[in-house]
Amino acid sequence: MSNKYALKPDELRKEFEQKKPRLLKGEFAGKDWWDLPVEFRDGNWCFPAKSEVLEDLHFPNPRKWSATDKDWQLPAGWEKIIRDGMRDRLKRFRSFKVFMDSCVRCGACADKCHFFLGTGDPKNMPVMRAELVRSIYRQDVNAFARVLTKFSGSRKLTPEVIKEWHMYFHQCTECRRCSVFCPMGIDTAEITMMVRELLNLIGVNNNWILAPAANCNRTGNHLGIEPHTFEQNIMSLVDDIEDVTGVKVNPTFNRKGAEILFITPSGDVFADPGVYTMMGYLLLFHHIGLDYTISTYASEGGNFGMFTSNEMMKKINAKMYHEAKRLGVKWILGGECGHMWRVVHQYMNTMNGPADFLKEPVSPITGTKFTNAKATRMVHIAEFTADLIKHGKLKLDPKRNDHLRTTFHDSCNVARGMGMFEEPRYVLNNVCNVFHEMPENTIREQTFCCGSGSGLNAEEFMDIRMRGGFPRANAVAYVKEKHKVDSLVTICAIDRASLPALMRYWNPGVTVYGLHELVGNALIMQGEKKRTEDLRENPMAGFEEDDDDE
Amino acid sequence: MRKVLQPLLLVLVLALIPWVGVTWGKLDYLFGIIIPYTAVVILVLGMLWRLFDWSRRPVPFRIPTTCGQEQSLDWIKTNPIESPSNPFMAALRVLSEVLFFRSLFRNTKAELHGGQKLAYGSHKWLWLGGLAFHWSLLIIVIRHARFFMETLPMPIQMIDTFDSFLDVTVPAFYITDAIALAAITFLVVRRLSDEKMRLLSLSTDYFPLFLIGAIAAVGISMRYVTKVNIMPVKGLTMTLASFGFSVPEPVGALFYVHLFLVCVLLVYVPFSKLMHMGGIFMSPTRNLPNDSRAKRHVNPWNPDIKFRTYAEYEDEFREKMKKAGLPVEKQ
Repeated sequence: MSNKYALKPDELRKEFEQKKPRLLKGEFAGKDWWDLPVEFRDGNWCFPAKSEVLEDLHFPNPRKWSATDKDWQLPAGWEKIIRDGMRDRLKRFRSFKVFMDSCVRCGACADKCHFFLGTGDPKNMPVMRAELVRSIYRQDVNAFARVLTKFSGSRKLTPEVIKEWHMYFHQCTECRRCSVFCPMGIDTAEITMMVRELLNLIGVNNNWILAPAANCNRTGNHLGIEPHTFEQNIMSLVDDIEDVTGVKVNPTFNRKGAEILFITPSGDVFADPGVYTMMGYLLLFHHIGLDYTISTYASEGGNFGMFTSNEMMKKINAKMYHEAKRLGVKWILGGECGHMWRVVHQYMNTMNGPADFLKEPVSPITGTKFTNAKATRMVHIAEFTADLIKHGKLKLDPKRNDHLRTTFHDSCNVARGMGMFEEPRYVLNNVCNVFHEMPENTIREQTFCCGSGSGLNAEEFMDIRMRGGFPRANAVAYVKEKHKVDSLVTICAIDRASLPALMRYWNPGVTVYGLHELVGNALIMQGEKKRTEDLRENPMAGFEEDDDDE
Repeated sequence: MRKVLQPLLLVLVLALIPWVGVTWGKLDYLFGIIIPYTAVVILVLGMLWRLFDWSRRPVPFRIPTTCGQEQSLDWIKTNPIESPSNPFMAALRVLSEVLFFRSLFRNTKAELHGGQKLAYGSHKWLWLGGLAFHWSLLIIVIRHARFFMETLPMPIQMIDTFDSFLDVTVPAFYITDAIALAAITFLVVRRLSDEKMRLLSLSTDYFPLFLIGAIAAVGISMRYVTKVNIMPVKGLTMTLASFGFSVPEPVGALFYVHLFLVCVLLVYVPFSKLMHMGGIFMSPTRNLPNDSRAKRHVNPWNPDIKFRTYAEYEDEFREKMKKAGLPVEKQ
């Protein structure tokens, strides 16, 4: 794979080979971190938001600029905006204040960040990333720090600092891996969220985040798909399903009185390989005769507001409950996604609840009460499917996935912002026969990010993405070598969008799947034709046309 | 190196102040009575202020870092500590952090091997060193109670006996003295020997280590080397314990160096990273239960946001929706 925004894999391999066993890249003897320059070059920054996107969102300082410009055209009084904004957030978020105050710089987090492991840039050590802000914060809270700048590690707020923030808070995917290891529980994701809010106040931003946020606001989904197109696309998936299985599924749209509203990331409707996961959902719902509907208005599970500001997150998320109320459904079922589930699990009910117009979720097939979701009233599809399988409600033939040798990638947000590890594994083990875990330091709560989360999946950011994804790819390479694994199964739409590129770069021959795509492959549907191909129309092993034994 | 030498020098200068003050200035009253009281007042008020200052700030969202399986379907085994489902388990989680450094126990060391392979080795030295440092300091502080009480309560007596069970010197050698010095040395060497640590460490990371190291070193030399006369020391500490203001008997400059450095440490606590001893209890990623889908968490400043309603959406797309056969509210 080559791309003007990334080194060739062999060049990057050479870089790693030369510096091993070191992780840091470059010489730092006798240097202080605050003297290291910030250099924007091809592949390490995302294009800024277009003026019309900012105007659409009523965000400040629309202009034409780029990160490589010398002058970023910050608005008049930007220092005051940042300082006041910081003070205001320190007041509203105890997390921010405590995380600014209680770091002891023990360095446990230093080599836990995928961006540090891949770039060797010292400012990508989570503790350093936070120091970029603490050094400014100290000036405001501590009189000694203002005088003894070098002694206390504090410094003045300059345009260089803003450039540095822009670079390094967009080299953090809010994956929270560092916070697992921090003895103080400091969560860099929280600090990154604060700084991105601050940067947005002065028009320092990322088009790959703000354009989807603006789209989502207007059309209901990140891709800006209008209702008729959204419906048509799903109907074309319905045709594809019929081609492969001979079964005609019939999803409904914006239907009042349905029992369940199903919401998934729009990537599942439009992007390869997400669409195959969507086909899996549709087959599953048909298989169990679920009374559900899909909304074209709340047609996005993901929430790029989360990478922008609290207010934007709330605004985009509000549509879910608003639509559920309008349609009069009993509860909401959510598809496979990472940060969507961080928002649903940890923010939605606080922001837009209480959801008293919904009922406590009960599986209409098994009668199971999802008591863990009794207030938010939204259930994760992996919980839902695991329950169905446990109660023997699905007819499954795991042999239909015998052409795949799988491993499972825990998505950061579902792992560390929700704590769901067992359900997807249970489902996976019931729908396929070959499953191997990656090494234990790279899965579950210690899982590595795909390197492109939190709105950094932009083409022009390829160098950092391939470096940031290196630890994940390295763990996949391990099981590829040891167990001949060729299929990386995920439950996240960003993973499905970003991991294929990462695999092409580091591990050619490994394909990325959604969990429910494999469920769809394995489901024995009533009235189906003889199955020979999986949902991608690839031949399944042991199901060849001429194999009459089957 | 400036980052390391400056704090070292600072500690030496601080140590000289009482030495000079007592030896030549006869300022025993200042260093024995006035400064200790002032330091304790600053410590107590400062810490109370910091704790109050944190706790008055709201926790708008429930954001535990989940390091284990959440409570979900009843046949799925949960991890009640790493994904606590109620406040009691969350409290246990915090306590396990405070008492045993649970998260630090997970620590690994990443290395790049040949063939571009990342390897993660178990790396418990930081955990062990940190735990040894903090626990031995705690025991040493508790042991000092014998200077401030006429009769020692049983538990403290036991700690003292246990700590000195080796009984190899006169007076009996305390194991924690050795552990504390060894741990401080390890923590300093660790910061100096790793290039990542050299880059991320600040002078304010070295300063408390040097300061505590100096306090320990002076204390140890008083006990085992110069063998300070204990009676006037106890006289002074008992005066302090009873909030008295009587003039101390001559004790010797070395003791005042010890005492003054302790006072500096006490004053330094509320204004520095040493407040992590309070911060660890306040960390929202650790002290909250992972129950936000089962129980609504309230944000006191939840803002009013105008979002795009379905009606606005349908107004824009109504004709297209009708054409596609999608149901609409208004014709």
